[in-house]
Amino acid sequence: MKLKSFMLAACAAAMTTGAAQADGLKVGMITTLSGGGAGLGIDVRDGFMLAVKQSGRSDIELVVEDDQRKPDVAVQLADKLVQSEKVDVLTGIIWSNLAMAVVPSVTAQGKFYLSPNAGPSALAGKGCHPNYFNVSWQNDAFNEAAGAWATENGVEKVFLLAPNYPAGKDMIAGFKRFYDGEVSNEVYTKLGQTDYAAEIAQIRADDADMLYYFLPGGMGISFMKQYAGSGADKPVMGPAFSFDQGILGAIGEAALGVKNTSHWSKDLDVPGNAEFVASFTEEFGRLPSLYAAQGFDTGLLLASAMEKADVSDADAFRAALKEADFQSVRGDFKFAPNHHPIHTIYMREVVKEGDVVTNKVIGVAAEDHTDAYGVDCKM
Amino acid sequence: MRRETLINTVLTLGLLAVPLAAWAMDEPYTITLATKVVILALAGVGLNLALGLGGLVSLGHAMFFGIGGYAAGILASHAQSYDPIMEWPFLIEGTQSMPVIWLLAIVVSALVALATGALSLRTSGVYFIMITLAFGQMFYYFTISWPAYGGEDGLSIYVRDRFPGLNTLDPMHFFGLCFALLMLGLFIVARISRSGFGLALNAARQNEARVRAVGIEPYRLRLIAFVISGAITGLAGALYADLNRFVSPVMFSWQTSGEIMIFVILGGVARLFGPVAGAALFIILEEVLGGVSDYWHIYLGALLLIVVLFARGGLIGLLAGRNGGGGHD
Amino acid sequence: MDLVLLIEQLLNGLQFGVMLFLMAAGLTLIFGVMGLINLAHGSLYMVGAFAAAAVASATGSFTLALIASLAAAAIAGVIVEMVVIRRLYDRDHLDQVLATFALILIFSEGTRWVFGSFPLYLDVPSALSGAVDLPFGISYPAYRLAIIGIGFVVAFGLFLLITRTRIGMRIRAGESDREMIAALGVNIAVLYTAVFALGAALAGFAGALVGAIQSVQVGMGEPVLILAFVTIVIGGIGSIRGAFVGALLVGLTDTMGRVLLPVLFGAFMNPSAATSIGSALASMSIYILMAAILLFKPTGLYGSA
Repeated sequence: MKLKSFMLAACAAAMTTGAAQADGLKVGMITTLSGGGAGLGIDVRDGFMLAVKQSGRSDIELVVEDDQRKPDVAVQLADKLVQSEKVDVLTGIIWSNLAMAVVPSVTAQGKFYLSPNAGPSALAGKGCHPNYFNVSWQNDAFNEAAGAWATENGVEKVFLLAPNYPAGKDMIAGFKRFYDGEVSNEVYTKLGQTDYAAEIAQIRADDADMLYYFLPGGMGISFMKQYAGSGADKPVMGPAFSFDQGILGAIGEAALGVKNTSHWSKDLDVPGNAEFVASFTEEFGRLPSLYAAQGFDTGLLLASAMEKADVSDADAFRAALKEADFQSVRGDFKFAPNHHPIHTIYMREVVKEGDVVTNKVIGVAAEDHTDAYGVDCKM
Repeated sequence: MRRETLINTVLTLGLLAVPLAAWAMDEPYTITLATKVVILALAGVGLNLALGLGGLVSLGHAMFFGIGGYAAGILASHAQSYDPIMEWPFLIEGTQSMPVIWLLAIVVSALVALATGALSLRTSGVYFIMITLAFGQMFYYFTISWPAYGGEDGLSIYVRDRFPGLNTLDPMHFFGLCFALLMLGLFIVARISRSGFGLALNAARQNEARVRAVGIEPYRLRLIAFVISGAITGLAGALYADLNRFVSPVMFSWQTSGEIMIFVILGGVARLFGPVAGAALFIILEEVLGGVSDYWHIYLGALLLIVVLFARGGLIGLLAGRNGGGGHD
Repeated sequence: MDLVLLIEQLLNGLQFGVMLFLMAAGLTLIFGVMGLINLAHGSLYMVGAFAAAAVASATGSFTLALIASLAAAAIAGVIVEMVVIRRLYDRDHLDQVLATFALILIFSEGTRWVFGSFPLYLDVPSALSGAVDLPFGISYPAYRLAIIGIGFVVAFGLFLLITRTRIGMRIRAGESDREMIAALGVNIAVLYTAVFALGAALAGFAGALVGAIQSVQVGMGEPVLILAFVTIVIGGIGSIRGAFVGALLVGLTDTMGRVLLPVLFGAFMNPSAATSIGSALASMSIYILMAAILLFKPTGLYGSA
């Protein structure tokens, strides 16, 4: 059948050191490649493939499938990759609700899952699994760091805004966990809402010092454009998802001055990052996004584990993954006992560099940050 | 043998042969796909009763599909956590037994169909399409923002529910179970359409005044048809939950309603096996085209367009000729 | 909540309603004259927004962008009508649903193929950026005020077109008796194409206007499509006046529901639960409104049986 599988025979000069090279490894990637959210999936895929190519390994076979952002399709694709394609490792899912649908069942079947995006709290706490490794972040991380930063910088009163669904409520809860000031109002909007005039009027009439919001994708673009045009002047802060490179291009100057928390930025001064940005830009003709960086790190992690162990020896391979012996483009990277990252979260500000609206790192929001759910994880 | 009967037989045998061959060749994913076709066809069979026979174009059948799914999801999740659904006024516990889940899915879908149908059937035509859509959307937004069972994240059933005497985790066993239910659903619909009730319903679609003149109230006929239709689609929803071991609000979305309707139209409205042919064609297209390019929806759209423009009466209409079935006008 | 904020929210509801009217007018016209259910109407909205974004980034002129949106959507409308839609007029609604659903797939992925997977940039013209001061200390975004104005002008223009012009007379005749006007020697094919192009242009225009304050991305048309359908069903299908009243009702209900319901629930429960339940109910409000109206008036407010 059709199967979009292709060998990534990158460099002819394959490294042939180590016995671990013996059988190679098959990766199944389930990600969103069609419809409105396709930009994120394409970035994760491209970042991952770039890492695999640069690793010089010719023994990684990659099968990519499009989940159309539908949980039922994702579940069926996972069945297919496990049962028919017999993959060893799965990765690629962008959205929390799709991850919740797929991850518990594939890890229960003894496969490894590396999350290049999305970290629902259930999988970090009680639902953690030895074969599940989160290379991106736990959902609350950026928000907790933002809460800590707000407290430290003397923000006394905030207005909170998010869509009315589990991830939205998680994000707001994460912010409040590390924020000591007062919350003047908490507003939850309809998922997929595109007009925020009513909410913006409320924000303008409110006496908070700052607005903190989480509105991913198109919702965030609409909100920010409308907010800037409304004459409202409260400073704005949010997690990086609403201010990523792909989104900034659509918001334009309306986003200037906004602060956002992220574990990665293209100007981050850590070893390997400049090279990653340059090679990604050259290979694909666009600036990498944070999703591309996460895909790249996921590829690096996989290659680093393959150097140390063969996937057929699950315990050794798991231990090799756990070591996280690779140079992450976000700097220091370690796994906490629940296999979620311990990493530094930075504060960025949206600035204009020449003609391009982009992010600049202005400081550290949380050093060696890890999530709050790990204590519930028994493994 | 009539041509349509022949086609139906070929379809049935094909639907059996594909998973058997896949089983022999150890291709479990193909069995999963065949099971998906069977379940979605059953949802379509439910809709076809209202749509084809009753002329009730419902764009809210995702409502029943979702209710069936959540019946399975909620019962199973309570059974897995040993946490009773309610303790007062009497104890209700979760269960992983498929027959109990199916019964609940059917009963709850039927009750919801009774309530929404009683209101919706006061309108007709495009207004009926839109009011059923409205009810579906209400359920959709409710499940997204209702935190108890996962909201938009959905709800996982970690182990497939059980059926006495079968190993439902074996794809072939589960396929057989779904296939048997599809056949049962088809049998019931076939009996209904040949019964006095079915004939009266069909007559009411074609000429309401004449049916009224002989003293039959079309409203009641349609309401009964809508309830049975909702119940069958609800059962399909419960099976779909078990196929994926997962339910989410997407089951309630208007796109799901639209897809179920597309299976029916694609296969042939009011043809008994129309939904089976439609679901099979749609899933095959999705599978084959999915690998062609990132932009495969363009090809899917073009093919659907060709079918609707040049194959009037759907797939079965194309193969069996226009005069074969009940024929929607 | 004070009175100024309340008035501001009423303006917001009005603006949302006016935007919906631009979508709903074309939809109801096409249904009224040709009896066609057009699910691809949202795609034409998207085509307008993308055309505007492309022209604005190439030329920097918002006026040219608006003209481009009208032209692109109208041209797309004419092509689609001549290639596909005209074969569907004598089909039942089900075939129309399937065919126009197929068109959505083609339009969405085609747009992504041409413009890429990332949202495009389109901003309000600098002359209309920022807020203006209204009486009673209300300050309101200038661009939204302009949308309200444009919406009323378009509504009035449509009203004149339909009641006072020759083409309007034919449209009305077509709504009441299709065979008769063909028999009277009116070129029905040209009339249908013109009506479809007019509806498409209005949708594209709405897409460009709204695109400046929302996200120009693939799939932006479908949520609006559903709202537009709700609107014309509330107003009564085929009635321009109904579409106008329906649009304002939907706009106001949705906006005021979002603002007032959480406050209402906050009066007797804790704030966190109140915002949660209030906003859940608010997201269902327009569907509840539609169901309620259809129960009392099964053919909408201005619909004929």
